[in-house]
Amino acid sequence: MPSTVTMTVNGKTVTREVEERTLLVTFLRETLGLTGTHVGCDTSQCGACVVHVDGRSVKSCTALALQADGAAVTTIEGLAAADGTLHPMQAAFREHHGLQCGFCTPGMVMSAVDLVRDNPSPTEQEIREGLEGNICRCTGYHNIVKAVMAGAEAMAGTESAKVAAE
Amino acid sequence: MYAFSYQRPRSLAEAAAALQAEDAKLLGGGQTLLPTLKQRLARPSDLIDLGAIPELKGIREAGGGLEIGAFTRHAEVAHSDLVHRVIPALASLAEGIGDRQVRNMGTLGGSIANADPSADYPAAVVALKGTVLTDRREIAGDEFFTGMFETALEPGEIVRAVRFAAPDKAAYAKFRNPASRYAIVGVFVARFGAEVRVAVTGAGGSVFRAGAFETALAADFRAEALNGLSVGTDGLNADLHASAEYRAHLVTVMAKRAVEAAG
Repeated sequence: MPSTVTMTVNGKTVTREVEERTLLVTFLRETLGLTGTHVGCDTSQCGACVVHVDGRSVKSCTALALQADGAAVTTIEGLAAADGTLHPMQAAFREHHGLQCGFCTPGMVMSAVDLVRDNPSPTEQEIREGLEGNICRCTGYHNIVKAVMAGAEAMAGTESAKVAAE
Repeated sequence: MYAFSYQRPRSLAEAAAALQAEDAKLLGGGQTLLPTLKQRLARPSDLIDLGAIPELKGIREAGGGLEIGAFTRHAEVAHSDLVHRVIPALASLAEGIGDRQVRNMGTLGGSIANADPSADYPAAVVALKGTVLTDRREIAGDEFFTGMFETALEPGEIVRAVRFAAPDKAAYAKFRNPASRYAIVGVFVARFGAEVRVAVTGAGGSVFRAGAFETALAADFRAEALNGLSVGTDGLNADLHASAEYRAHLVTVMAKRAVEAAG
């Protein structure tokens, strides 16, 4: 028996009928067509499917769509500004080539943004530990860590610019 | 996953009523249950999501210690100023569970009700003189874990909260599996005045106390006091990650590290 689920995805409210066992990642990719969120391992190891639910990073392959009922979900598609300006963390990944094949990148970026929210100026070690839930099969960690360090600085800059503007 | 019905009750009473359905199962954060369902290792008729029940949430001071709602996520315990002030070792244990995303979903109640032999929280429940509060009674932490994936919970009983006593000193040291981050061995040492409690997870079928370690540490709360002591290999787990002998060795090493960290 299908259930109705309502959530805000990237700022837009969506309501759909879903089968109860529908995973959040399946809902995002197949029901809403937001394929930026990837399915890597499907066993909550790799983190390619990381999205934010009410601002917290979660593995969307290990959550039911119904668990996010009423929540605000942000996927990689919702990170850039409306005019297409990349989020500072996305820009840092591009600038520092924080990717090789790119498959893990959406999850890495989403995890990194959550990490930096808790810890605005993480050390290299803290980044490596903070990204333990994300696996890069290309083993491209070195540039990913560099990108997150730069992204954290850029995010802090954006925040202080906001404060200065106010 | 096999198909199931899904319910999201708004109160504990509603949840208890929903749980009367045949083969109904409670859903906490789902970080163990959902992978289990995805592998079709279980086939519940109904999932009762506990995520919308206010009385299961929150962290408060109670009786000189802490009372933590069953639906409190590991990340909330890890980041709570109150937990850092009253029982910092508990915050540090929570910060070491799984990974960031698992901690953002997984819950205290889910962890202890599942009673995985390698889970971290059982060590804290036992070492910190925990009391498990359910919708029908209070269960002493020492009596809660009865075996591998087995607890004293009756059918249909729901964990409401866990009360932890505040120790004078405590620390948790864990030797973790680098892939799963579960404890191959985890040891929680807590000192309450002249009493010391040492709870071991990961090593056996269920969390257990190391009596000889407790006696030695009560007399002399230093890592050196554990020199030459071992829990022995009887009843310890052996798998591809670690033999029983290695686990026994790790129990002493982790207990020493915990004592040093407790200071």
